[in-house]
Amino acid sequence: MDHGALLLLELGAVVFALGLIAKLSRRLAISPIPLYLLAGLAIGEGGLFPIVTSEGLIEFGAELGVIFLLLMLGLEYTADELVAGMKSVAPAGLLDLGLNFSPGFVAGLLLGWGLVPALFLGGVTYISSSGVIAKLVNDLGWAGNRETPVVLSILVFEDLAMAVILPVLGVLALGESPTTAVIAIGLALVAMAAALWFAYRHGDRLGAFVFDHSDEASLLTVFGLTLIVAGLAEGVNISAAVGAFLVGIGVSGVAAERAQSLLTPLKDLFAAEFFFFFGLSTNPREIPGVLLVAVVLGVVTAATKVFIGWWAAKRAGIGYEGRLRSGLSLIARGEFSIIIAGLAGGVAGAEELPALAAGYVLIMAIAGPLLARFAQTGSRHDVSAPA
Amino acid sequence: MTQIDETPLPGVGTRLEFITHEGNRVGVIHHRSGRRELFLCHVEDPDAVALTLELDDDESRALAEALGASPVAESVSNLQQQVEGLAIDWLTVSEASPYEGASIGDTRARTRTGVSIVAVLRGTTTFPSPGPDFTLETHDVMVVVGTPDGISRLQGILTEG
Repeated sequence: MDHGALLLLELGAVVFALGLIAKLSRRLAISPIPLYLLAGLAIGEGGLFPIVTSEGLIEFGAELGVIFLLLMLGLEYTADELVAGMKSVAPAGLLDLGLNFSPGFVAGLLLGWGLVPALFLGGVTYISSSGVIAKLVNDLGWAGNRETPVVLSILVFEDLAMAVILPVLGVLALGESPTTAVIAIGLALVAMAAALWFAYRHGDRLGAFVFDHSDEASLLTVFGLTLIVAGLAEGVNISAAVGAFLVGIGVSGVAAERAQSLLTPLKDLFAAEFFFFFGLSTNPREIPGVLLVAVVLGVVTAATKVFIGWWAAKRAGIGYEGRLRSGLSLIARGEFSIIIAGLAGGVAGAEELPALAAGYVLIMAIAGPLLARFAQTGSRHDVSAPA
Repeated sequence: MTQIDETPLPGVGTRLEFITHEGNRVGVIHHRSGRRELFLCHVEDPDAVALTLELDDDESRALAEALGASPVAESVSNLQQQVEGLAIDWLTVSEASPYEGASIGDTRARTRTGVSIVAVLRGTTTFPSPGPDFTLETHDVMVVVGTPDGISRLQGILTEG
């Protein structure tokens, strides 16, 4: 069989298998992310059988996956929501950062990984999965609950925190000399601040420029613009992911909503490849060695998230059960933990990070929603006032 | 009218809600995708949703109609959200009004105030876009659209001529 045919067959088999996995995850009512990871771990390096012909293509798909995930993260909230979120939950948001970044950071130092890899592990344990949590809120019908705005605004705050953490980690990952790194971080932070300011003031104008009544024209211009900015960012050592995030933040208003609906199918395709590829390039034989650390980190950072959710909901005047729901729903980690671990590729001292992050996300993406479901106290149908 | 609270749900949509006289929290979530969800909460636990119902556009309108709200008013208020500076109001033709029994054309509302009369509600009947020769009766409620200033002038004209 010639190379072209083999490539199509192999890639087709992978994407088809990912499709079946997505179907299964719907049936089981869990996030597909841990299942994609497991599929990637099961094959490839150290797994059941290798993927040879299409690995390059899947790797490129995975790179696009990161770009799409961050573009969509930037698009997810409007500039107004970001500003409002910053004001309303700043104390809870900062406490969240402190309490959930530290366990990973400290664990990294204790494992003797060194400062930079420890910072990456801190990022892995910090960010909750807005994808998994949004799905959870929908599935459990919690959108009308009084604690839900609290949970969502904490996620908005984490999104803003990503705007600072991501450029810093992106630069550190490249291992430049301290001077170059400081310049690049400064540049990235200025670009991020400029994008936020621009989105707040003139976001609709960029949207109006990029957007057209034709879906085709809109899709191509947004996608093209994102790749250009991602490429430029990569060119000045800030990492493509940060560039994509910048575009997502810069486009706002109605345009952002349309971009979201146009880009979601593409994001689903490439993000699935990204999670799969992360599993593929992680040697599953390394996981048992770090599993204990992953479990301990999981228990600690589940407790810290529950505390944050509890505390923030209490401040908002929510009752006992609502505080528990708020805390439990924040436990889930997913896509962004994997993205951060992926950024660390090639960082000296972070060799165990992919395996640890994979194990950690497998635990948290499954345990988080399960624990939250546990808090669902059965549906009541008699809603009238007691006679 | 009962005060409706609006809460933004970042990444999800908007939530509109109020508390009924019996103490139930009731509301609608407008998802960004356009999906609408009606929810009810238990009196004893206002934090958690006890019952949700998903409604499409048609069903929402049917429910609003069944509850006695006017679909005309609803579409006008949609319009109001889209056009800044536009106000809508409901003006009642009182028994003392000089225009009781007169036609809409006689009020010269549009010429004098720039306000359009988009519908007339009479009892349970709705007359959408009434013509200039539409005859007004006592207790008719006119749904009017215009600038807030124009509407208050029309209110004056209706009572005093």
